[in-house]
Amino acid sequence: MVNKETEPIFWTLFSAGGVVAALFLPAQLFLFGIAVPLGWVHAPAHAGMLELLQSPITRIYLFIVCSLPLFHFAHRFRYTLYDGLQIKHLNEMVFAGCYGVAIIGTLLAAYLVVTV
Amino acid sequence: MSRAGQAPAPIRPTPTPTQETAPTYTEFHPRWYRPPISTYWWLGKSAYVKFILRELSSVAVAWTVALLLVQIRAISRGGDAYTRFLHRMSSPWMIAINIIAFAFLMLHSITWFNLAPKAMAVRIRGIRVPGLLISGPQYMAWIAISAIIFAIVLTR
Repeated sequence: MVNKETEPIFWTLFSAGGVVAALFLPAQLFLFGIAVPLGWVHAPAHAGMLELLQSPITRIYLFIVCSLPLFHFAHRFRYTLYDGLQIKHLNEMVFAGCYGVAIIGTLLAAYLVVTV
Repeated sequence: MSRAGQAPAPIRPTPTPTQETAPTYTEFHPRWYRPPISTYWWLGKSAYVKFILRELSSVAVAWTVALLLVQIRAISRGGDAYTRFLHRMSSPWMIAINIIAFAFLMLHSITWFNLAPKAMAVRIRGIRVPGLLISGPQYMAWIAISAIIFAIVLTR
């Protein structure tokens, strides 16, 4: 759990994930969440996307872009619940839930990029 | 909880103070005064609202990662799965959610880059480097990275 020794690790993951999320995620979401669905740009063909996905650099990129921001989320959302809802008595459960999502997401990302 | 007027309890040796017996020796400890704070304390001031919205941007971050994972899975499963993914992404609800999530991601990026000069006060020859020289390159990198992502995906 979080104590004096482990807090820097959680904070470093939060910070690194924050940088990755800030630099990479807006472009990703804009492209596939807004621009392609609204028809502003043509949807990339499957063959091209698969070829892109099979390149080792893309796999490493996607793993980093999926895993670190989840640890950013875990830390920040935990404190949002802590400050906003004042549910201090549920601290352990919130901690397990937030970091559980981050760890499961990271394992899933690893599995998906390895088994493309 | 005051025991004023009563004779103080005789001090007995308590060999193993458990959770039930422990408070006996805190009898004259001053009571904390903690006014209860509403769950909606952050609605009173625009700065507080901005703080909570900024903190909530982490939900949009997790949402975007979830979409990315679904997309990776769809692409590796084949053309049909990828078409289904594109179809699901173009439902009005999905587009609405993604526009809101995108607004939160922008809030995260902008507040994050603006935070950097406040978090690290760089001094050269005793003069503090202006914040724009620290956050500026990050904005440049953001634009460059976004352009590269667009270029790589849209030339496929």
